[in-house]
Amino acid sequence: MSSHSAEVHAPVFVGATLAKLEALYPKYPTRMALLLPALWMVQEERGWVSDGAIHEVAEKLELTPAYIRGVITFYTMYHTHPVGRHFIQVCTTSPCNICGAEAVARALLEHTGCGELGATSPDGRFTVMEVECLGACGFTTPMLIDDDFIEGVTVESVPALLARYP
Amino acid sequence: MAPELLTVTIDGVPVQVAKGTAMIEAAKMAGIVVPHYCYHPSLPSPAVCRMCLVQVEKMPKLVPACVTPVADGQVIHVHSPEAIKAREGVLEFLLINHPLDCPICDQAGECELQDFVFQGGRANSRYTEPKRYNPVEDFGPDILYVANRCILCTRCVRFMESVAEEPVLNVSERGDRAFIGIDESQRLDHPWAGNVVDLCPVGSLISKDFLHKARAWDLDGTPSVCTGCTQGCNITVDTRDDVVVRLRPRPNLDVNRHFICDTGRADYRWMNRGDRVEAPLVRDGDKLRATDWDNALQRLAVLVGASDDPVVLLSGGRNSCESLGWVAKLAGDRPLTAAMRVPIGETAPIGAIPDLALRAERAANLEGARLLGLAGDWNAAIAEAGRASLVIVLDVELSDEEAATIAGAPQLVHFATVADPRLTNAVVVAAVTSIVESQGVLVNRDRRAQRVLPARPAPGMARPAWWVAAEAWAQAGDGRSAPATADEALRSLAPFASLSNAELGLTGRVLGAPVAEAVS
Amino acid sequence: MGYPHPIHPKETPVLSTHFGDAGARTFDGWTSRGGYVALKKALTMTPEQIVDEVKASGLRGRGGAGFPTGLKWSFMPKEDGKVHYLCCNADESEPGTFKDREIIRWTPHALIEGCAIGALAIRAEVAYIYIRGEYTEPCTILQRAVDEAYAAGALGANAFGSGKRLEVIVHRGAGAYICGEETALMNSLEGRRGNPRIKPPFPAVAGLFGLPTTINNVETLAAVPHILNRGAAWYAGLMLGNPKSTGTKLISVCGHVQRPGTYEITLGLPMKELIFDACGGMLPGRTLKAVIPGGSSVPIMTPEEVETCVTDYEGIAAAGSLLGSGGMIVMDDTTDMVYQIMRLARFYAHESCAQCTNCREGTGWTTRILERIVRGEGKPSDLDLLMDLAENMTGKTICVLSDSCATPVVSGIQKFRSEFEAYLSGARAPVLVGV
Repeated sequence: MSSHSAEVHAPVFVGATLAKLEALYPKYPTRMALLLPALWMVQEERGWVSDGAIHEVAEKLELTPAYIRGVITFYTMYHTHPVGRHFIQVCTTSPCNICGAEAVARALLEHTGCGELGATSPDGRFTVMEVECLGACGFTTPMLIDDDFIEGVTVESVPALLARYP
Repeated sequence: MAPELLTVTIDGVPVQVAKGTAMIEAAKMAGIVVPHYCYHPSLPSPAVCRMCLVQVEKMPKLVPACVTPVADGQVIHVHSPEAIKAREGVLEFLLINHPLDCPICDQAGECELQDFVFQGGRANSRYTEPKRYNPVEDFGPDILYVANRCILCTRCVRFMESVAEEPVLNVSERGDRAFIGIDESQRLDHPWAGNVVDLCPVGSLISKDFLHKARAWDLDGTPSVCTGCTQGCNITVDTRDDVVVRLRPRPNLDVNRHFICDTGRADYRWMNRGDRVEAPLVRDGDKLRATDWDNALQRLAVLVGASDDPVVLLSGGRNSCESLGWVAKLAGDRPLTAAMRVPIGETAPIGAIPDLALRAERAANLEGARLLGLAGDWNAAIAEAGRASLVIVLDVELSDEEAATIAGAPQLVHFATVADPRLTNAVVVAAVTSIVESQGVLVNRDRRAQRVLPARPAPGMARPAWWVAAEAWAQAGDGRSAPATADEALRSLAPFASLSNAELGLTGRVLGAPVAEAVS
Repeated sequence: MGYPHPIHPKETPVLSTHFGDAGARTFDGWTSRGGYVALKKALTMTPEQIVDEVKASGLRGRGGAGFPTGLKWSFMPKEDGKVHYLCCNADESEPGTFKDREIIRWTPHALIEGCAIGALAIRAEVAYIYIRGEYTEPCTILQRAVDEAYAAGALGANAFGSGKRLEVIVHRGAGAYICGEETALMNSLEGRRGNPRIKPPFPAVAGLFGLPTTINNVETLAAVPHILNRGAAWYAGLMLGNPKSTGTKLISVCGHVQRPGTYEITLGLPMKELIFDACGGMLPGRTLKAVIPGGSSVPIMTPEEVETCVTDYEGIAAAGSLLGSGGMIVMDDTTDMVYQIMRLARFYAHESCAQCTNCREGTGWTTRILERIVRGEGKPSDLDLLMDLAENMTGKTICVLSDSCATPVVSGIQKFRSEFEAYLSGARAPVLVGV
């Protein structure tokens, strides 16, 4: 599935990150319940969830790597491959679609140099993904750049917006 | 306390079932099959395939029969127009991404998708869009995953998770992109993993060993019992043109539920050996010469006739109770030392099912031998054999050292499936059938007596060992008459005097247990 | 208020009073605006008293199903000796719906207070707020507010010195629409794939971690403090139409209106007044074509149906659709209905969890047919096929995602058939599908 397994995995859950995970233990009656939070921590630290990280989480939470992989692929927000420095998720579901979201998505592809959805720009700066409903349908077109939720993006506002993410 | 009984009517057939019974099982009791894929009686039910939707009067929607318990007085329709239409819809959905490759699919002929589509599917497809495509994946030592054929019933995932308790499989991705995944660092190599091939209702998980070996409709299946260890898992021996090509589990809820281990599954090549003894052999000077049974039995009768000298009987673990008992009778009143060879291997439990494991003792009929008093210490018996006047070897593999010791005895009778040239003192070599070539009873570690039926014809003139022994025994004394059938041969042995074919059925009976229990 | 717009006279601001007011986000700010009075009061009440008060208010679930909240709470076992859980469903993902987001962003303490009171009502000590992964900013704000509430002693082992333990834990999702389905939400919270579960057992019997659980929507819980503060009679009196539809409802209006936003109306307000007065009506030169009133899963309404429709549970049902989550998508005459229905089907195909055959395969097939029609490769038989597939996808699966995909297809073909036929006949030029 992934071609990155050969890389040596430096543990994520050490020091402060480990403490953060362990602080969650008493909040849930099972270790399994910490899977989504743990994967979030991995992604915050590393930008994506590698095979090595999956094995590390498996060991920490007493799960199998296969189980975790099944869960990861269920959710759209975990990256199982490295992505660009800035990850852009633009909504094109119907409410945004009727207000021009596809044109915004095309503008993003053009101005980032990504060319196509899911691809990373040659300079490694951006990856653009089309996502389903971001839950901000009154503020078309909404998108997420990394963790920044941005509303009201238009074709015209795309270049200036991107300039804020070097 | 007896369970509370409820009465329900299914497709017009009234049945009484215990409270808590799922509709799908209640329908079985009424003789009605509710088509299904994800449901399996030995696995937890997720109710996801939606094939088993049935109509229940006074209920607004169709309900999944696999997870819905019956209620008293319910009227259930498996074949109402609404239920039939729903099923037809599910089958059409299942087929849109399923390849039309039945001609090259191992499952064809025993495929539940094929069967139910044939019964209740649409005659033609309304799907004209491209089909999903995923490559074939190598899951384990004996298992391939053909993703395109997968209907996502998740039986395999649930088996590995809930039964084998080694969750190496998962459902990956969502929607119609979903497939059965395995972590790339893991293999589907649990000692019981092969069961996923049987559990898969379509040709998605297939055995490499059986790959393209035979078409299902060319196979003859024979109820049998695995001889790999003392567990006594019930199996079906599949033969094609009298060659055993596959062993698969046969349900027996008290012994192996629906499963067998991979060791047992692979343990069939010996059944097809080409170097069998096909005719009785008798010693003629320094040579063994093929002869007919009359001659061989005469020689045998003389050999075992009146004498007080001690006899040693060495047997292999695959011999039936009939053969063990009757061969032992040849010793008559002479002092008898008897032992069964019990190879020892690793134990491999299945996980979640108690009392089910590949057992360390790899001798299927060890308990039968014990009941007959023929399971003494093996090494002592070998040592004794070097001194005994007569040694009887009953279809057992011997080490060179053991063979050399035994070959020192003055006289030896070999009941053999395969000749052993090391036994230079053999006076008579009786060509006998293997356990898959004749009817016989094996007793497992829980003292369950179980019948094995002949799955392939005996080679040449080979006869069951019990027959050979009984005929020789009859000739050796006056007024003796040999049993004519395996059934008679069994019941003439004291521990089994009360057993009959009818009581044993195909799932056996625990010795000493009341007869009524054996019916279940 | 019609956030981000000023309060409109047709609105009844209760939950939305402080939308846009960043000062309301802090514990002190919320307390100075009358916050946490209701929780302190609830801490002196018995669970039965809280349940009775909410029952009397007529409050119904604001997530989509509209089930009476007090009644739902009363299903929880009384003396079972088991741990109980409250789950707050903040997985707002139904296309067209963005009301809970404003509650969480602007009045996080209202939600925390509602969770705490809800937990008391069902004899739970722990409430999990499951918030969708995409809500990064609301999640940060909510977590900050929760931390503040603990620091202020409103939450913790001894809430407001009452001796009662109240925990609120924020749990972040990771991108899956179906996790808004209550049993899928519980699976996701447990660290599993967000697959909906078979019911029974119902959550009140065996829910989160196998224990008795109640799941309530953000808006539902945020309304509870107001009911405790101002009384059930006051809330029940907020009603313009059917007496079974009481209180205020946040309606998030999006699409082709002058002022899209989150509006708070008294249930029973004519839909026409909401769209044409509060939201300012259509853009210049445009006319109304269709409204999807309750999130994308409900039947599409025509302008004629909107004309006389009353915005409450019964009123919209009478007009052939559903109030649902209150996510209202307004479409004007520039809208290509076929394309948008295709786009909705694609949404559901993307979000299907893959468990049930009908949904897994049906949503994908429906989408591919619609895409083909839009590409100009449709066949006359396609519409009948779509309708038949929709029937095979309706009422046959564990959850209603499959039904939700079928619904806009069916109502679209029934009400906008000529647009489909224009594609099929070639009268309408093919369109490139997607970005």
